[in-house]
Amino acid sequence: METKYFGKRIQRNEDPRILTGQALFVDDVELPDMLHATFLRSDYPHARINSIDISAALARPGVIAVYTAKDMGDYWKPGPLLVPAPTAIPGVVFNKRTQVPMAREEIRHQGEPIAVVIAKSRYIAEDALADIVADLEPLDPVVDVEKALEPGSPLVYNDLGTNLASHVQQENGNYAAAAAQADVVIKAHIVIDRGIAGAMENRGLVVQWDPKSQHLTVWATTQAPIALRNGLSGILGLSESQVRVIAPFVGGGFGPKIMVFQPEEVVLTWASMKLGLPIKYIEDRQENFLAMTQERNQIHDAEIALTKDGKILGVKDVFVQDTGAFNSYALTVPLNTQTHTTGPYKVPNYYSEFRVAFTDRILVTPVRGAGRPYGVFVMERLMDLAAKKLGLDPTEIRRRNYLQPEEFPYRTGIIGQDFAKNILDSGNYPATLDKALEMIEYEQFIKEEQPKLRAQGKHVGIGVVTFTEGTGVGPYEGGRVTVEASGKVSVATGVGTQGQGHYTSFAQVVAEQLGVPVEDVRVVTGDTDQFHWGAGTFASRGATVAGNAIHAAASLVRAKILKLASKTLQVPEEDLVLENSEIHSATHPTTCIPLGELAVKANPSRGAVEPGAEPGLEATAYYGPPYGATAGGTVAMIVEVDTELMRVEIKRYVIAHDCGTVINPLIVDGQIHGGVSLGVGNSFFEKLVYDENGQLMNGTFMDYLIPRATDMPYIEIGHLSTPSPLNPLGIKGVGEAGAIPTPAAFAQAVENALADYNLEVREIPLSPNRLFELLEESKTS
Amino acid sequence: MSDLINVKVTVNGMAYEREVEPRMLLVDFIRHELGLTGTHVGCEHGVCGTCTILFDGSPVRSCLLFAVQAVGHEIRTIEGLGTIDHLHPVQEAFREAHGAQCGFCTPGMIMSVLPFLEENQDPTEQEIREAIDGNLCRCTGYQHIIQAVELASDKLAEQRQSVKEGR
Ligand code: FES
Ligand code: FES
Repeated sequence: METKYFGKRIQRNEDPRILTGQALFVDDVELPDMLHATFLRSDYPHARINSIDISAALARPGVIAVYTAKDMGDYWKPGPLLVPAPTAIPGVVFNKRTQVPMAREEIRHQGEPIAVVIAKSRYIAEDALADIVADLEPLDPVVDVEKALEPGSPLVYNDLGTNLASHVQQENGNYAAAAAQADVVIKAHIVIDRGIAGAMENRGLVVQWDPKSQHLTVWATTQAPIALRNGLSGILGLSESQVRVIAPFVGGGFGPKIMVFQPEEVVLTWASMKLGLPIKYIEDRQENFLAMTQERNQIHDAEIALTKDGKILGVKDVFVQDTGAFNSYALTVPLNTQTHTTGPYKVPNYYSEFRVAFTDRILVTPVRGAGRPYGVFVMERLMDLAAKKLGLDPTEIRRRNYLQPEEFPYRTGIIGQDFAKNILDSGNYPATLDKALEMIEYEQFIKEEQPKLRAQGKHVGIGVVTFTEGTGVGPYEGGRVTVEASGKVSVATGVGTQGQGHYTSFAQVVAEQLGVPVEDVRVVTGDTDQFHWGAGTFASRGATVAGNAIHAAASLVRAKILKLASKTLQVPEEDLVLENSEIHSATHPTTCIPLGELAVKANPSRGAVEPGAEPGLEATAYYGPPYGATAGGTVAMIVEVDTELMRVEIKRYVIAHDCGTVINPLIVDGQIHGGVSLGVGNSFFEKLVYDENGQLMNGTFMDYLIPRATDMPYIEIGHLSTPSPLNPLGIKGVGEAGAIPTPAAFAQAVENALADYNLEVREIPLSPNRLFELLEESKTS
Repeated sequence: MSDLINVKVTVNGMAYEREVEPRMLLVDFIRHELGLTGTHVGCEHGVCGTCTILFDGSPVRSCLLFAVQAVGHEIRTIEGLGTIDHLHPVQEAFREAHGAQCGFCTPGMIMSVLPFLEENQDPTEQEIREAIDGNLCRCTGYQHIIQAVELASDKLAEQRQSVKEGR
């Protein structure tokens, strides 16, 4: 299809505002008489609250109010589940314990809020925190996810009598029978540790209750403005139309900003209504480490059964997942792991079982990748071990097991985060492998370059892994497209934007349909007064789900334009062309009408209209996929390990990626780069270190390292396109692509670089220290 | 509350005068007293670089200074570059190369790049990586930022050339 805007590397509409410092972020909102809130957070991960004395804080000049959970009366209650338990899975155990507004009797993680101070300035509010006297009695903390499930462990919830939050078993085929027939069975114990999402903008909130209009306005750094509006109106006893949530420019999301009913939102909306004044709360970086949701702690015991020529007969994976002190987000993360483990491979028999444990740590909600990277890590490590054991090249064993392009749609039989049996819609994994190998010059590297460098004493290695990314899940999103009298077009949708370029990619979709320049399409996202149906930005679904909804709305508007223009110009619809913001006849180009003029005609101010006519050139449409679209790709990475300093330099990073049809390759490249940087962090830098008392040891950017420009390789991207048959635009998501395969490729490359040490990487993240320890162990073993 | 102190500074060529507490951070002063909210705060502990401004021409972290330390000094923030309709060449380059995603790190990034490109008019990729190493970005993996800086250096060279030729 010949396109004008769709599929082009178009500069972003939002950039002039961003680049000149004019983009409005939550902390930029200033209101008259606005108050400032800060929270007193527990230093203990687990403690009983004996008493909290707030009198001195209240007496401090400039302090307006101090509240604890007790002051909230009946309004205080545990929040709802944000994602339901997957009852579609037979035998699922799910013990619900959701987040509370502030700790009332018992504190369950370090950083949990126990009081809030509202004052005339942030400075005063922080001073007043020191005035509060909290009598807390420390209890034994539950820190280690495996120990949490052992008998005799201290309990996060005494009333539950166990730390078991969930138990899920799923099987496709019969693993035990497959293993019994296998030539080889390989086992591995694999540990994945916690990290942060680390958006550069911390969470923020401005709440304004206007008693005169009885209207609540909330500016929030949220990925789910509509869910937040609906939720808040419910708990505050307001009508949904009385609450407006605006997610303005949001400085990165990466998952945790999807979380609603966080203590700060629940407490401060209530406080603003009580005080009748606006309140601002801006999380600081330390709080972001202590109170923002996190992810990534799983421990796996996995095995793979194969024939001697490397055909997979079955995979078994039994793992524990840490959910932290609450499980408000239910099982999205471990279910993603379950569905992504077998990835691009044909695994006829697959058994997967997980237990989720409560611990006295911050609750777990998805972070970019959301369970997928560890499924991939586990599987790819098993494949590497199998290749070694069977004497196969790592790329060859993969090639022997890929699903083939003609096998789609492929049913894995495993229920995923959307509670339906997982189906892979389309893909071409062998092609991504070929492309990646060609780009990195695999043969040349292993046959010439690597032996040469090794002879010089250099530890260079290569890693090649293939992965899938389930994206664009339901339920649905919507969009409204309106042609204005100026001839410009406005678009509204419910998803929020945190840097993914929706203001531009959605504009491209509309511009293509309506023949207007991209910069004449103004997109509004994340303002519930503009559009109030939708689920939110998560699981790489913005472009796929909202993009298709907006495409559908634009197509309806196009039909309206053609109909009215045909009547106005007396030209048959088939002869009409929409371009340069006008409609003209293809055969007589001078017979034309500007789009804006037609919009005015569509909205007459006097006279009669035909029965059933709708005013304006406007349409609203929704799109809900039957199931998610699966993207995929292959990463190849060359590293050099410095065995003196334990540095690992990524010399080359190649990703051959397939996310179906692409709206804007510039934006897609940027999404991949960003994902890779998180993947690099998860590989070698980013680990939250807790001591045995549950104290976070590295809660600053000084101690917790996220990749810097000098840590990142130059990323080479090869694009392939297998359009998704599920949606009219053929799109698949891309937001998590870079994050998912990187740790697995890194581990393989490091192992390969250190081939003479016989070292095995069965954990992630590594670090220079940890690598040193592993090397020492391998020398003694 | 402590006594207020008179702070007179020049920001983006404009003189400002405010009475503030001696402990007020320069970044809070710029953002909340002067309303120049283009300068962002990502960590308040001097690591992320989102609060970078030019202080007498040098890049500094405005979260590590008090407003009173700026008395009598010249400050330049992102608002002092181009406007929405007339971007500065560095801003233009960031737009063309897709150097910003969420845009939270971007103002600080640009304020670090500006003096760097004055000193080093034809930087290599590695030099650019080192120049922006003190500015964290979680969205871009830095690649498009590096390309934006390369492009900016070309644009600035062109600009210098046309000034020289009196165009
Ligand atoms: S906010 Fe100043 S360096 Fe992070
Ligand atoms: S663009 Fe989002 S942090 Fe850099």
